[in-house]
Amino acid sequence: MKVSIYRYNPETDREPYMKEYEVDTGGKDLMVLDVLNLVKEQDDSMGYRRSCREGVCGSDGMNINGKNGLACITPLSAAAPGVLEGKKALILRPLPGLPVIRDLVVDMTMFYNQYEKVQPYLQNNTPAPAIERLQSPEDREKIDGLYECILCACCSTSCPSFWWNPDKFLGPAALLQSYRFLADSRDQATDERLGKLDDPFSLFRCRGIMNCVSVCPKGLNPTRAIGHIREMLLERAV
Amino acid sequence: MVTSVTSLGRNGLSDWLVQRVSAVLLAVYTVVVLGWLIAQGEVTYEAWSGFMGCLVMQIANTFMIVAVGAHAWVGLWTVTTDYLTTRQIGAAGTVVRLIAQLVIALLTLVYVLWGLVIIWGGV
Ligand code: SF4
Ligand code: SF4
Ligand code: FES
Repeated sequence: MKVSIYRYNPETDREPYMKEYEVDTGGKDLMVLDVLNLVKEQDDSMGYRRSCREGVCGSDGMNINGKNGLACITPLSAAAPGVLEGKKALILRPLPGLPVIRDLVVDMTMFYNQYEKVQPYLQNNTPAPAIERLQSPEDREKIDGLYECILCACCSTSCPSFWWNPDKFLGPAALLQSYRFLADSRDQATDERLGKLDDPFSLFRCRGIMNCVSVCPKGLNPTRAIGHIREMLLERAV
Repeated sequence: MVTSVTSLGRNGLSDWLVQRVSAVLLAVYTVVVLGWLIAQGEVTYEAWSGFMGCLVMQIANTFMIVAVGAHAWVGLWTVTTDYLTTRQIGAAGTVVRLIAQLVIALLTLVYVLWGLVIIWGGV
């Protein structure tokens, strides 16, 4: 099968280019990451990130035939139907909107900076109880669909609002995490958290395009979380 | 976390509310006017001018013109801060954006005032 991979080494290349490879999968519907490993055997100058190879660590987010996803849990048949039959090529590019360090490896600093801004940790100034801070099962349920995020950045780098203002708009991943703590019954910083979100950019730059929802490999819904935060802001203001 | 002196309310929530409320007003207005046009069948100048000249429509038109102005400003301000930035068009971004915002603000203001003169001018 044909594989076309974005290549760029800032030290030697003047500009990025697409490089074609021919890979034999033995007709098997492998994961995209397996194909990358086969390419690496042919050409070990090609760079990409991966660690867990089972959709847990979030390091191999990339743009696969136009859609962001994790290479390790995206089968060829889903990534590019027809690719095994040779009808089309598998096209791999780095996550859009972030600076490329090399080939498929991007610099995630802007993404992490936004994550840091939402203070993604429990804030509670009451003395810690002897064992742990308990939650009722109902309260615990409220953070389902939020805590599972693996920070792969597939969502934020598919969001046009994040492309245009990655320093001002927090992006779906950071906002999902912001809501994860706003929704946590043990967290007491609700008001300060909301107070930091009501400017025209941090949250309100979300235009409800829902690219984030369609790419999240964990099936999470940042748009819904953003909607919940907006309701909290509205309630607090009126 | 981000401050912006050129935004209308300097606050995302109020901008957002302005846009939603004005959108609802515009939708209701459109339905009413379309409904009138359909009910009227053949529209003559007298009928149209009589309809638009009545006090209820004068008030509705006033709301409408303010809603259009506010909606347009929030929307276009957003567009300028998405696309006319140093990230998108290089070093001149900030100056270009300020000029664009100034032009948009002036035009919006002129259109709203002009609209008000048209609505109330004949009284
Ligand atoms: S819904 Fe909001 S956060 Fe998600 S992709 Fe669209 S603009 Fe971005
Ligand atoms: S919300 Fe989904 S796509 Fe976004 S960073 Fe978390 S796991 Fe990745
Ligand atoms: S390698 Fe860990 S998520 Fe793909």
